[in-house]
Amino acid sequence: MTEPNTSVAANILDIEKIRKDFPILSQMVRGKPLIYLDNAATTHKPHSVIERVRKFESEEYGTVRRGAYKLSENSTQLYEEVRQKVADFLGAEKKGEIVFTSGTTQSINLVAHSFGKRFINEGDEIIISNIEHHANIVPWQVLCQERGAILKVIPVNDDGELMMEEYEKLLSSKTRMVAVNHISNALGTINPIKEITQKAHAVGAKVLIDGAQSTPHLKVDVQDIGCDFYTFSGHKMYAPSGIGGVYGRMEVWEEMPPYVTGGDMIMQVTLEKTTYAKPPARFEAGTPPITQVIGLGAAIDYLNEVGLDKIADYEHYLLEYGTRLFKDIEGVRIIGNARSKASIISFYVDAAHPHDVVTLLDQDGISCRGGHHCAQPTMIRFGVPATTRASVAFYNKPEELDALAESIKKCIRFFSADD
Amino acid sequence: MSYDNELYQQVILDHNRKPKNFHAIENASHSCQGINPLCGDDITVYLNVDEEAGKIDEVSFQGSGCAISKASTSMMTTFLKGKSVDEARLIKDEFHKMILGEMDPEKEVHHLGKLTLFMGIREFPSRTKCASLAWHTLVGALDKKFEGISTE
Repeated sequence: MTEPNTSVAANILDIEKIRKDFPILSQMVRGKPLIYLDNAATTHKPHSVIERVRKFESEEYGTVRRGAYKLSENSTQLYEEVRQKVADFLGAEKKGEIVFTSGTTQSINLVAHSFGKRFINEGDEIIISNIEHHANIVPWQVLCQERGAILKVIPVNDDGELMMEEYEKLLSSKTRMVAVNHISNALGTINPIKEITQKAHAVGAKVLIDGAQSTPHLKVDVQDIGCDFYTFSGHKMYAPSGIGGVYGRMEVWEEMPPYVTGGDMIMQVTLEKTTYAKPPARFEAGTPPITQVIGLGAAIDYLNEVGLDKIADYEHYLLEYGTRLFKDIEGVRIIGNARSKASIISFYVDAAHPHDVVTLLDQDGISCRGGHHCAQPTMIRFGVPATTRASVAFYNKPEELDALAESIKKCIRFFSADD
Repeated sequence: MSYDNELYQQVILDHNRKPKNFHAIENASHSCQGINPLCGDDITVYLNVDEEAGKIDEVSFQGSGCAISKASTSMMTTFLKGKSVDEARLIKDEFHKMILGEMDPEKEVHHLGKLTLFMGIREFPSRTKCASLAWHTLVGALDKKFEGISTE
């Protein structure tokens, strides 16, 4: 067994200090210390986020963008400051290019509906990949059915990498939108999104990048990528659930009609006619999740403080460490071996179904996901009904991956006994 | 090396490894496919029902899934053979109540026999659908739900 080279890890991050920032991590589960490895599903909150939310709710809360009184004015200012923080975090040119939503699912639905209504017509083509989350498949499928458009799919090779030469063949003057993830939630593949964007733009198509898995793990620069839309979810990046957003290039936003309508997204309403507000307000009907936005701001502050470069380095160390461990276990197959990969290890245990695996891991205090990860086409591509997935965050330790490997071996022995 | 829980008992592990009645019935009088979309469990239950006597003559299944769903379906098939359709429906209701913790087989009258082995699943709310899929699919077959059933 590989000894954890803790000095390497310690050189990158002070892990014990970081773990103290996350109150939930110190608890016991079924009498054992919690080992949380389902970070691709959702992440835990540092104390600074929890405290910021508490303070905002108890001392500062007010409605935004409408009250002409102190609490509301203050709330509005804090809310808009977070928009600027998100813009800086993603490398957007303008603050107004950030639209708050409930998360990536709503972000993609917003773009599919609004962009689709204006720009997608019969015979047009939309390209996705074989390794998308359902949230980046279903909205496009529905749009294609409604508009008579055609959905095309970039295939992946056996390592879980997009086949770029096949992608190029799919592109044509009919392509209107290319929607792919930055990082696959099921396999961890980091996709070459800059190249994908350049090739799409060369045929006049727009590009949406699903950034749900990437924003917590690596530095994003939407201007460098050049994409037209970039979506994210707060709860996957240490912020509260129920908040996320989508970056869109302003000139594209301006051409798009509203998706959800109602209060706050209007310029003027008479009983006969409504004119719409400019972006981003046009796409933020109703009272937004104000507290969650404030929490998102605190999460971004926290990530900036730790440093995304360090986070990426440390998580990559954990990825390599965990991969080495699992490759040594007989009867365990890693699904997804892309050369460029984030800290997600999806694997299949021959002796047991993933749901039985995760139930037994939970007996050892280990939270892992077992299932299709809302990516059934990915599972079909790799010929498995589901996988077990360990998704690592920067608050995880190499020792936790050791414990996972031991627990998997125990599970294999349990299911193989008397065979 | 053992686990401190009542879920994976030896009988359940045995049925998972060597499921009983694990085949299709040609020209079955009733059949239904059941899917658990959360897990990807996918089974088909086949029945030959004597309509006049209201009796289940034959019952079998095929498919793939976790140990709990496979063992539950296997044990259901061995348990139901020769029972009446009315009994089967009653047992399904009792089984369902037991795994949801709404009926305690140690204190209440029931007809579950050795199926009480699945009682431990009460402690695992995320796994109850694995155990109940077989029974929902059985009822789907009896009700002639040709489109199949889903636990969601």
